[in-house]
Amino acid sequence: MSKVFDKIRKRFSAEFVFNKALFFSAICTMFLLIATFVTLLIESLPSIKKFGLKFISGKTWDPVANEFGALPFIAGTLLTSFIAVIIAMVFSIAIAIFLGEYFRKGIFSTFISSMIELLAGIPSVIYGFWGLFILVPVVREIEIKFNIAPFGIGIATASIILSIMIIPYSASVAREVITLVPTDIKEAAYSLGATRYEVIRKIIVPYVRSGIFAGILLALGRALGETMAVTMVIGNSNFLPKDIFGPGNTMASIIANEFAEASGNLYVSSLVEIALLLLIITIIINMAGKYIINRMSI
Amino acid sequence: MNDAKPTIRILKDHIFKSFIIALSLVAILPLLFILFYIIRNGISFISWQFITNLPRPVGETGGGISNAIIGTFILISIACILSIPFGILTGIYLAENKKGKFSYFISLSVDALQGIPSIVIGILAYIWIVKPIGRFSALSGGVALGIMMLPVIVKTTEETLILIPDSLKEASLALGVPYYKTILKIILPSGLSGITTGILLSVSRIAGETAPLLFTAFGNPFMSCNIFQPIHSLPLLIFTYAISPYEEWHALAWGASLILIGIVLTLNIISKIVIKKWKVQF
Repeated sequence: MSKVFDKIRKRFSAEFVFNKALFFSAICTMFLLIATFVTLLIESLPSIKKFGLKFISGKTWDPVANEFGALPFIAGTLLTSFIAVIIAMVFSIAIAIFLGEYFRKGIFSTFISSMIELLAGIPSVIYGFWGLFILVPVVREIEIKFNIAPFGIGIATASIILSIMIIPYSASVAREVITLVPTDIKEAAYSLGATRYEVIRKIIVPYVRSGIFAGILLALGRALGETMAVTMVIGNSNFLPKDIFGPGNTMASIIANEFAEASGNLYVSSLVEIALLLLIITIIINMAGKYIINRMSI
Repeated sequence: MNDAKPTIRILKDHIFKSFIIALSLVAILPLLFILFYIIRNGISFISWQFITNLPRPVGETGGGISNAIIGTFILISIACILSIPFGILTGIYLAENKKGKFSYFISLSVDALQGIPSIVIGILAYIWIVKPIGRFSALSGGVALGIMMLPVIVKTTEETLILIPDSLKEASLALGVPYYKTILKIILPSGLSGITTGILLSVSRIAGETAPLLFTAFGNPFMSCNIFQPIHSLPLLIFTYAISPYEEWHALAWGASLILIGIVLTLNIISKIVIKKWKVQF
């Protein structure tokens, strides 16, 4: 009998409960990710069955005719994100060199790095609001000067806002990898009489190339999924974008615009399928970025 | 390296340096612009009445945003209640079982969770909660925000607890303290500053989040504290007012932006101070 009691006591001891609680919540976290995929997959089944692979290449998005193709949004997402990443790359590499090589300590570097951190803290809806009322008129002026249709809103404006939003992320990754460059090879180069520029060009940049690439991937992952700021300035046109100054839509912005009002099973399911595609793309890109960084720092 | 022309090399060096400094300064200009415009357009709105009154229809002056402020706090509280216990427990698990069978997969899924776009999380909360209940609700918004907080809390808890030396734990165990008491009374309090920072950072991240609330919390022009009813929040209010055609609503949105930015940046700065003052050091 006492053996049975021991077993029961062990089963209900605080120790046992605590260990199980730890394990349970860890498993729940993992389950959350699996549930995410499964839910989106189940909900998008009607649209997957109806359109198949044509969903990705379809150019028309017409809820009235029940015709759904995601190509305009995939194109919009890729266009805005890539332009944003290219703009952000220039600035974030400059910031990383500034903070990692020229001004490692001191008031100047504290000022710049805390400013950049604040930039990361501003909510995306405020970026969108500011963009809509301050940046759009500026872009419109520029477009009038260059004789382009003066929408103001559009893919170019969205890319500029996005690039401002992702600079902090790519800059912080780039800065981290620049500090990983071994001091002795830098010192060796200086002792040979190399200038700062030459050390950066020939020692630091080749050393951190893959790390900067990882930073770009992580920034790209953020840019792809960014919703509010883009939705507010991109112009929301469901047609394939003709040029970068015209209005468009991204995968995230079409969901933001239409999901609450979507009626009909197929309509909702098509929007969920877009979400599923977006999820898969961002997770692959994020994982690739994290993998490269982990490999570098070991 | 060409010895014949040292001046050209030095010139290049100078040009490069000024280039880097110029680009870095240009990159922070948008921040200054954003802060400048929001403070300039929003400061005249900040008054006791703006914070305590309900919004009025277009045409009537003197509306406030009290329902959005209360709503934001309710949404954040729901998110915290859901995600903090799970986040901390998962963080402890990962820190304690570094080489465990599941740890690798769990930290992989935490990384993946962190990368999920917020709008996708909104859709999840819609499918899981709004659809079964049959209406938009504060609860579904809180769940969406909680899912967004979770990975940040797990990561910061894990990173903080890894820094705490094993000797501390060994000393406690050697005195005969049970394992769970060692974790709860020795390890967790030692890492409290890191965990607090993680929570503050994740709250400041979700406080301004709008996308998942569009079709979960949905917004509500009246005061509501019922978690099964739609609820308003500051970012949502800024969005709806900003894209409305009315001048007065745009002006209200600037005021609301100033309050939201104030909340978010204050949380950010507090978490900085917490890191600096009570950093885990051994």
